[in-house]
Amino acid sequence: MTLLLVGLSHRVAPVELRERVALPGPQAGELAHRFAGDRREAACLSTCNRTELYTVAEDADEAERDAVEALCLAAGFGAEELRPVLYRMRDEAAALHLCRVAAGLDSMVPGEGEILGQVRAAYEAGTTGPVLDRLFHQALHAGKKVRAETAISESPASVSSAAAALAGQVFGDLSGCRVLLIGAGKISELTARSLAARGAAISFVANRSLDRAKQLARPLGAEPLALDRIDEELGRADVVLSSTSAPGFVLDRERVEGVLARRKGRPLFLIDVAVPRDLDPAIDGLEGCYLYDIDDLETVVAESLASRRREVTQAEAIVAAEAERFRAWQSSLEVVPAIASLRARAEEIRVAELSRARGLSDRERQAAESITARVLDKLLHLPTVRLKEAAAGADGAVYAEAVRHLFGLGDDAGSGRHPRQ
Amino acid sequence: LAELFLWPALVAYGEAAVAYAGNALHPGLAGRLATWGVRLGWLAQTALLAVQAGRSDGFPWSSWAGSLNLFVWLVVSAYLIWGCRTRYRLLGLAVMPLAAGLLLVARLGGGTRAVEHPGYSTLFLVLHVGLVLAAFAGFTLAAGLAALYLWQARRLKRHRAGRLLGRTPSLATLESLTARTIAVALPALTAGIVAGFVRQGTSGARLDALEAMTLATWVVYAAFVLLRYELGWRGRRAIYLALAGFAFVVVVRLALPVTHFA
Repeated sequence: MTLLLVGLSHRVAPVELRERVALPGPQAGELAHRFAGDRREAACLSTCNRTELYTVAEDADEAERDAVEALCLAAGFGAEELRPVLYRMRDEAAALHLCRVAAGLDSMVPGEGEILGQVRAAYEAGTTGPVLDRLFHQALHAGKKVRAETAISESPASVSSAAAALAGQVFGDLSGCRVLLIGAGKISELTARSLAARGAAISFVANRSLDRAKQLARPLGAEPLALDRIDEELGRADVVLSSTSAPGFVLDRERVEGVLARRKGRPLFLIDVAVPRDLDPAIDGLEGCYLYDIDDLETVVAESLASRRREVTQAEAIVAAEAERFRAWQSSLEVVPAIASLRARAEEIRVAELSRARGLSDRERQAAESITARVLDKLLHLPTVRLKEAAAGADGAVYAEAVRHLFGLGDDAGSGRHPRQ
Repeated sequence: LAELFLWPALVAYGEAAVAYAGNALHPGLAGRLATWGVRLGWLAQTALLAVQAGRSDGFPWSSWAGSLNLFVWLVVSAYLIWGCRTRYRLLGLAVMPLAAGLLLVARLGGGTRAVEHPGYSTLFLVLHVGLVLAAFAGFTLAAGLAALYLWQARRLKRHRAGRLLGRTPSLATLESLTARTIAVALPALTAGIVAGFVRQGTSGARLDALEAMTLATWVVYAAFVLLRYELGWRGRRAIYLALAGFAFVVVVRLALPVTHFA
């Protein structure tokens, strides 16, 4: 049985191709199910950055041709169009690839967290058997281990998450923090959502027009506030997030300084994502005020991505170790039927010989049963261990064949590997 | 036997101090080595204190150097509560060199030897020394947290938070831990001072400079607790007050010990 991967990703295919091959959740599962039929295992991982079909089949060449055809059909492409951008991997390479994908090492932003859930979803929707079960478990384990043992996913990868992470550096977990939103643009809305995801409450949305403020406040569960009344809230807010299209400063240093006495030293974190800037940069010089504009946030993102890349070496080592475990397990499959046949044959002989022994009392028979079973176990222990060791190397098939030949074992009847959906 | 435990403790604390410095430059393995240094050093010093207590027929840490030895152990014990967490490793950079240095000073002053007859020992003395030292250990840790707060605030002000984002404790956490540590240590200092005055009343001695300074220390920390918890002080001014209190602790602990212990 060969493990096979056919697919494409952001590394080899432009978005125009990827968007056509991308399969929404249930469709990916259906493709895997159709492809597997009753003789293969299959799982399809489809995200905005990749569509990959994993399969386990007896005839790898035939399965590869079928996989290319299935992907072309799903995308509505002719095979000639898609074939140049499709990559194909087998066994160890395919296993390593899935482990890297699950760990986020093949993602656009190294270490991004969403892919782990997508890999799990692909596994759950797939028609898997023992090989893909083992492979996906190993890959999911690798993904979790990389995130637990390295800092690859700790740092923010976007302006909105950087702003939320910085607010976290000031206030810890943000539950109970009050956010004042001034104006609203796409980035500030995303940032507000990132802050809310960490537990912050968007308390007020201020806008030049109160009607517009009401409109913006409703989906965020906040109160509307006229722009000229923000001083009242400034005394209580923990985070101020500004994004208006005003040509000048919406908040200047004097205005913020005026409310500081009421804050009794409580820090105020200000995020200015507007261009031109809404918040007077001199505010940053005030005691307890931390002001970050869009450039500062982008610098944080750049540093954070650099730090993720530094973690990649350690993450690659973890992934390689997990892929190696899968390889060793897969290799051991070659000798498992031979070991099972050998043990079955030995047991058969033992039972037959014992049945020929006449005139034994029950007690004597029990003793003979126990002694012969122990002899058999001890005799077969070392060959079993050696076979498994050989399987982990490259000689598994040779050793398995030698055992079959030496002990006169017939062809093994299947290994009980049937796909499940 | 006491020396047998002293040197491993000193070496482990020293290793932890160096490893914490290495961890600040390259987080990872150095941080884990530092944490193990603290743990092993603490175990060795605990064994040292046990040997001293076993050999002595009184309170073995009533001398200035002896009390310094006990003080170091209390500081490291308090540090172990948080110090093994990755986010607080930077605190070790302040605490462990101090612990290694003070333990060496205690050794040079003879405070790590096992003395059979320490001179005097009463229940009030044991309570006085034990409680005051526990409080001072708490204040030392609070000062380390306060220093970490100032460092973190400075990084945020200078917009240099990116590199260690998410790996260091937040300002709010540091400030709250500083305040809580002081709030726990202050009652211990109060009880220790009362025990000291009771003992002094029986011996008829007069108030000395160290006692006066300890009272001043108490006033500063009591003001901190009042302002922080009753009047809602937050941020740098609360942190500066905590550090001012620690300046008094340093004077009490290191600059004025001679008259009092004599």
